Amino acid sequence: MSVFLQQLINGLSIGSVYALMAVGYSLVYSIMNFSNFAHGGVIMIGSYIGFFAMTAFEIPFATAFCIAALGTGLLAVIIERIAYSPLRRRNAPFLYFIISAMGVSIFLENIIIASPIGPTFRTYPKVFGTTPFIVGGVNIGRLDVMMFVISAVSLMLLIFIIEKTRTGMGIRASAYNLKASALMGVNTDRIILIVFGLGGILAGIAGVLFGMKYTVYPQIGNITLKSFIAAVFGGLGSLPGAVIGSILLGIIETFTSGYLSSQFRDLIAFVLLILILVLRPRGLMGKITEDKA
Amino acid sequence: MDWFYVKGILILSGINLMAVLGLSLLTGFTGLFSFGHAGFMAIGAYVTAMGTMKLGLPFIPALLLGAAGAAVVSFFIGRLTLNLKGDYFCIATLGFGEAIRLILDNVQYFGGARGWPGLPVVTNLTTVVIVDVIGVVILANIIRSRHGRNFKAIREEEMASQTIGINVFRYKMAALMISAAYAGVAGGMLAHLLGFIQPKMFQFIKSTELTITVIFGGLGSISGSVIGALVLTSLPELLRTFASWRLVVYGAAVVFIMISRPQGLMGGTEITFTNIKKLFSRFFRASGEKAGGGGR
Repeated sequence: MSVFLQQLINGLSIGSVYALMAVGYSLVYSIMNFSNFAHGGVIMIGSYIGFFAMTAFEIPFATAFCIAALGTGLLAVIIERIAYSPLRRRNAPFLYFIISAMGVSIFLENIIIASPIGPTFRTYPKVFGTTPFIVGGVNIGRLDVMMFVISAVSLMLLIFIIEKTRTGMGIRASAYNLKASALMGVNTDRIILIVFGLGGILAGIAGVLFGMKYTVYPQIGNITLKSFIAAVFGGLGSLPGAVIGSILLGIIETFTSGYLSSQFRDLIAFVLLILILVLRPRGLMGKITEDKA
Repeated sequence: MDWFYVKGILILSGINLMAVLGLSLLTGFTGLFSFGHAGFMAIGAYVTAMGTMKLGLPFIPALLLGAAGAAVVSFFIGRLTLNLKGDYFCIATLGFGEAIRLILDNVQYFGGARGWPGLPVVTNLTTVVIVDVIGVVILANIIRSRHGRNFKAIREEEMASQTIGINVFRYKMAALMISAAYAGVAGGMLAHLLGFIQPKMFQFIKSTELTITVIFGGLGSISGSVIGALVLTSLPELLRTFASWRLVVYGAAVVFIMISRPQGLMGGTEITFTNIKKLFSRFFRASGEKAGGGGR
């Protein structure tokens, strides 16, 4: 039983970070209808900003954390301006967006490798201490608790922005129908920038947390393939779906590596992706996309 | 730069070209985007290697076996995924491509994640060039036939094609299977060029590279795919002195092409004798007119 609970807690903590990443994907997908593969690169950069802020510049954790989040928010907006907005103006098909995103992702990953930072693995300083909380025979790492809490708070703030503010209403309207919202006087250009900014901020937070849990390295962005699966699992374009999908994926993964073999962990994730796409392409809670012929 | 090095690059370009040609039919002419063709290359590589190593077949029959293997797998994948739309088909192929790799990681019969060494090294420039020429001829003939026009019709307007009586699903399936067979041949040739295969060689990034090459050459153009494969395989080699910066340039170039010339190098036209003649005659007529105008 305690093993079961232990796995469940590990799954929740990793699932909550997947959720931060998946929400970024889903936000962009809900409005622009394409899979933003550059998201992984943004997460990786966030991880590095946080790392260097804390080690090279010796900035305290909370400040470094905010710098990383704002930095990636800005980065995501710049990427939108350079790589997507020219395509958007031309009404290019979704594939051009995906390829452009791939280009950005290759660029970001390799600029880190090529720069003096290099491809080495780096470890974050221990901020939260390593002695775990012990509740009923189950070890709960301090970092795991913090990951869960920070993720939950950030997601709640995001939901507040989307559900309660005027900008949020604009985002929801644009997700429903971008053209109609533009006709109704929503500044969709601004909305898209805000969406990329929000996604970028979440990416930065996720990057720092992920880097603290494991290590920082240029290929860290590849992990977002998982969060992307989670977004599809929950239903692309749906925020609650992305969160639920991520947490479920995190739990399924930890249980697979705990009870079966860690070799099957990635395989299970991709099999899950295929099953969802074949059986229920709109995911657990995705919006039904009408066939545009 | 000695001939041995140049030859190596040419062989690699030729192998990539084979995979790109297949993808060109699927993406450029039928309008389906795949991020899983590295998976088909992997199947081709492993089945071909099985043919030469375990069944004792000669290279060419083993290559055909590899192509058939990839096509059969693509048939089952197509049955499941071809009804998905746009983005979702892409994602599904991504999932299958990665799943194939991860399954191969766990098949100890083929050496698992450690790879399979000691394959006969029989791929050389002559075989690659011959296979490529056959590949181009077959593809060009498909494109110029009635079936080729049906593929293009599906790319332009799927529902309209369905209404005028084209069996969209069957044509999509045909495109997927042919492209998988091409990728399988490429994989088989790669395996017998290096003498060693490993599931890691067929990662997601390889699929992306193939799709980028097709788009770089220009969607709906066989000559574009040929030029694209040659340029994009040799370009990183020419930039090797820049070492790690070359992939930075590559990434930036991909974005730049997308935002500045999305129709690719060839923009859907072909290099044929008639087209070249047309171009020349237009060029000479234009310069003749200009000269005539100057004289007046």
